[in-house]
Amino acid sequence: MTTHAARNDLAFRIAIASGKGGTGKTFVATNLFYSLLKQNIPVTLADCDAEGPNDAIFFPGRPVRSLPVTRRTPVIDERICTFCGKCRQFCSFHAIFMLPVSRVIRCMDELCHGCGACLYACDAGAISEKEVQMGELNVFSVTRTARIVESRMQPGFPSPVTLIKAAIREAGHANTPLPGHSVLPGHTVLLDAPPGIGCPFVQTVSLADYVILVTEPTPFGLSDLKQSVECLQTMEKPFGVVLNRAGTGNDGVNEYLDKEGFPLLMEIPFEREIAFNYARGRLVCKSWPGFQHALVKMHELIRRTYGNGHHQR
Amino acid sequence: METAIISGKGGTGKSCIAAAFASLLNPVVLADCDVETANLFLLFDPLPEETQVFIGGRSAHIDGTLCTNCGLCMEYCRYDAVYLSDGQVAIDEANCEGCGLCSRVCPRQAIAMVDNDKSRLYSGSFRHGQMIYARLAPGEDNSGKLVGLVREKASALALDKQIEDILIDGPPGIGCPVMSAITGVDRVVIVTEPSMSGLLDLQRLLEVVNGFGPSTWVILNKHDLHPAMARRIESFCRKSGIAIAGKLPFDPLVPEAMVHCKSIIEWAPHSGVARELKKIWNTITNQTDNNLWKHKTRVSTPD
Repeated sequence: MTTHAARNDLAFRIAIASGKGGTGKTFVATNLFYSLLKQNIPVTLADCDAEGPNDAIFFPGRPVRSLPVTRRTPVIDERICTFCGKCRQFCSFHAIFMLPVSRVIRCMDELCHGCGACLYACDAGAISEKEVQMGELNVFSVTRTARIVESRMQPGFPSPVTLIKAAIREAGHANTPLPGHSVLPGHTVLLDAPPGIGCPFVQTVSLADYVILVTEPTPFGLSDLKQSVECLQTMEKPFGVVLNRAGTGNDGVNEYLDKEGFPLLMEIPFEREIAFNYARGRLVCKSWPGFQHALVKMHELIRRTYGNGHHQR
Repeated sequence: METAIISGKGGTGKSCIAAAFASLLNPVVLADCDVETANLFLLFDPLPEETQVFIGGRSAHIDGTLCTNCGLCMEYCRYDAVYLSDGQVAIDEANCEGCGLCSRVCPRQAIAMVDNDKSRLYSGSFRHGQMIYARLAPGEDNSGKLVGLVREKASALALDKQIEDILIDGPPGIGCPVMSAITGVDRVVIVTEPSMSGLLDLQRLLEVVNGFGPSTWVILNKHDLHPAMARRIESFCRKSGIAIAGKLPFDPLVPEAMVHCKSIIEWAPHSGVARELKKIWNTITNQTDNNLWKHKTRVSTPD
């Protein structure tokens, strides 16, 4: 499984992902973002967890720009419809509901993926399309060289994939910076990925140049890490592992990484104070220079090894 | 009685709490509905007695010998899933949503829709009853449908083995899989933790749950990690009329139990956390049963 979607930006994208929820994806993403912006490294953080975006709470401020994200959905005119049933037959998502006898036909928006197959199917010209808003992108300006692009889905939509794509596109666009911004070609884009290994996760990492997998030293953490790794390997994505809450649990993750020869990028020890500060919406690296330094070094190493992104694809 | 345990935010301790309740219920039908990253089978090591194939949607495959590279499919695809690779039309599997429009428009019938059949559903017995869990293949769609299938299987097993209680360990998030996991259950238990993300995710999740109307409870896990935020969540729950079933402290015994593949009830039955969990379970069951009973009498009263 590889992706070849057209790239029209020059950013280097690092996805921060994990199969298991709550291992510290957002923790690593926000602290890495802060550490880089402190070094004046041009960086954009894209919060791709559209079902639960939380990155922006660590960086107070109002969004400077808000863009609605829409999806097309069919509108069927019952007066023109001949109730031939072709659209229902063409719909792969069972979103067309039809009662020919009572002359009722409609599209169930919560099932519709907006593919346009029904529009293509209709010979009577009874189907047109309208745009429905499925969520929004919020752009936050943090410093002159650092932005956050947050994707936020409205509850009740089947899939956040369209939003995630829009967020990544927006984050990478060096040619449409905010007023007063200087987003440089080749800047780093951090993608805070949604949890799991389903479509939203695959969509996010498929657009990344490198993936940081965050895990914890427990059997649950290890099992989910193995699944994420398996997935990244079929996609041929380079990756490394950050072990959060090191010192708790067991050595399973370390033994697995040693055995397979996968890079362990960093171990973050478990400390009550870290958990406490994080829970308060504070950036741990602000009061922990060693952590900040380690994050900057990690970024440098990744960029040095995997380049600038723009020569790929 | 069907009880679903969910949490908007991942890693709040949902599975550990589900495991503890399963040990208390004994016998129970345990349905692991976190189909993307199932974990409970690691703790309970069930005997896989039955395996089912789950078709998680379809994806397009191009037959290069029939394709003339006319590009019509590329024009119609709305997911950027058709691209040119060295002058040859190809499908990007990560982007393909399986709508099948490309195969419909192809004038040479060069595109076939192939079932994604790598996902599995397992069921079998474990030390506290019956267990169902699933494995969604990476990147496959329809996890909500798979959740529905896990629940269907759970109901069938409960009927077959005469087990009263079904416990659902739900998926994270607020999307389709969650809705699928809580539709029609008797009780919903939301596990949250005292952090800003914990509060925001709880609020978003309640927007979804409120549409369903079962009795809803909140468990505040690791409440002592940030007492002020814990109070804020408590007052939010009070204002929204959501009952807090109980609070659990952060205790290293919980990860320790997990490392030894035991629930906290099995590993340290006399610990503070275990005692608190028993209390919470009693609160939830008594209250819900009372409510149901009231509901039933009201319905049966003649006008």
